[in-house]
Amino acid sequence: MEIDRELDLKGEVCPFTFVKSKLMLEQMEEGQVLRVLLDYKPSVENVPKSMEEEGQEVVAVNRIGDNLWEVIVRKVR
Amino acid sequence: MSFQFTEEQIKRYSRHIILPEVGGKGQQKLLQSKVLVIGAGGLGSPSLYYLAAAGVGTIGIVDFDVVDFSNLQRQILHNTERVGTPKVLSAKKTLEALNPDVKVVAYNEKIHKGNVLDIIKDYDIVLDGSDNFPTRFLVNDACYFLGKPLVSAAILRFEGQLTTFDYRDKENSPCYRCLFPEPPPPGLVPSCQEAGLLGVVGGIMGTLQANEALKLILEIGEPLIGKLLVFDALTTEFNTVKLRKDKKCPLCGENPTIKELVEYDQACDVRF
Repeated sequence: MEIDRELDLKGEVCPFTFVKSKLMLEQMEEGQVLRVLLDYKPSVENVPKSMEEEGQEVVAVNRIGDNLWEVIVRKVR
Repeated sequence: MSFQFTEEQIKRYSRHIILPEVGGKGQQKLLQSKVLVIGAGGLGSPSLYYLAAAGVGTIGIVDFDVVDFSNLQRQILHNTERVGTPKVLSAKKTLEALNPDVKVVAYNEKIHKGNVLDIIKDYDIVLDGSDNFPTRFLVNDACYFLGKPLVSAAILRFEGQLTTFDYRDKENSPCYRCLFPEPPPPGLVPSCQEAGLLGVVGGIMGTLQANEALKLILEIGEPLIGKLLVFDALTTEFNTVKLRKDKKCPLCGENPTIKELVEYDQACDVRF
C-alpha cells in the first residue's frame, strides 16, 4: 500500500495523538493514506476509534515493535 | 489547506480541533477572525473572555469608562487593583494574559456619529454589550449601513435578552429598529444603575453572545436570527419569541426614513 504521509507520534499521549493525526489528515487530499506511529498504548485504541467517528477509513492497526504500533488511515472526507 | 499551528496552539485549541464541526480548519478561521465588542462591562466581560480563550485573532473593545468598585460585582475582566484605570486597558491586560495569540485593540473613547463607522468597518462581527440606548441605536444603524452581523444583548434586574441581526442579508434579517423603532422616552426604562442587576445574568447573556459570534465565524448551527431569546434568572427559564421584519421599519422597511447615522442624547447619566 502506498503511504502518502507519515506522522511519528512516539512520546505523544491522548488526546494529542488524535489531534495531530487529525490536523495532518485535514491537510491531505481525499483518498490519500496516512501512517501514524504510536508508542502510547491507549492511543492505539483511541486514534482509530476517533478516526472512524469522523468518517475516515482505518485501513490497519499493526504492532510493529516491542512498544510500537502503526495506524494506517485513508482520508474519506 | 495547510496549517501552521505551534505546539502550544495545538495544545491550547485541542478541544476545539477534536470537534468535527471545528477541526484545524475552524480554529484557523477563528484565529483569522475579527470581532468588535461594544462595552467592557457586564456583558463584554464574559463575551470577551471566551472570545479570547477561543482564539479569535483580533478583538476590538470600545469603552470610555474607568473601572469602578460598583462594576466588580459582575464585570469579571477587571479587578480591585484596577479601580480607576480605563476599562479597555484593564480588559486588554486580562485578555492578553489569557491568550497571547489574540491581538486586542483598545478604543478608549466614547462611540459617536463621527467615529462609529471607522471603528466598525474592519471587523467581521459586532457584539453590543452597551448600557444605553443612544449607543445601541448608533451601533445598530452603523452595522446596518456597513452590512455587519450584530449580536445584541441586554440585561436588567433578573432578565436578559439576546438576538442576532445579520445585516449581510438585509432582505431577510429583521433589524434592531423593527423591534424598537426609536429610543424610549427618557425615564421610561431604568438603567441598571437605577434598577439593579444580578451579576450572573451578564455572565449568562454575555457568554451566549460569544456563542453566537463563534457560530457565525465557524458557520455552524443556527444563529439567533429573527428570534429573541429571553432569559429569566428567577425561574431559570429561556423563552424564544419570533421577530418579524417590519415593513414599516424606519431603517430597513419599504420606505426607510433613516438614511444616515442618527445621534440621540443620553437621557440620564447617573453615576454611582
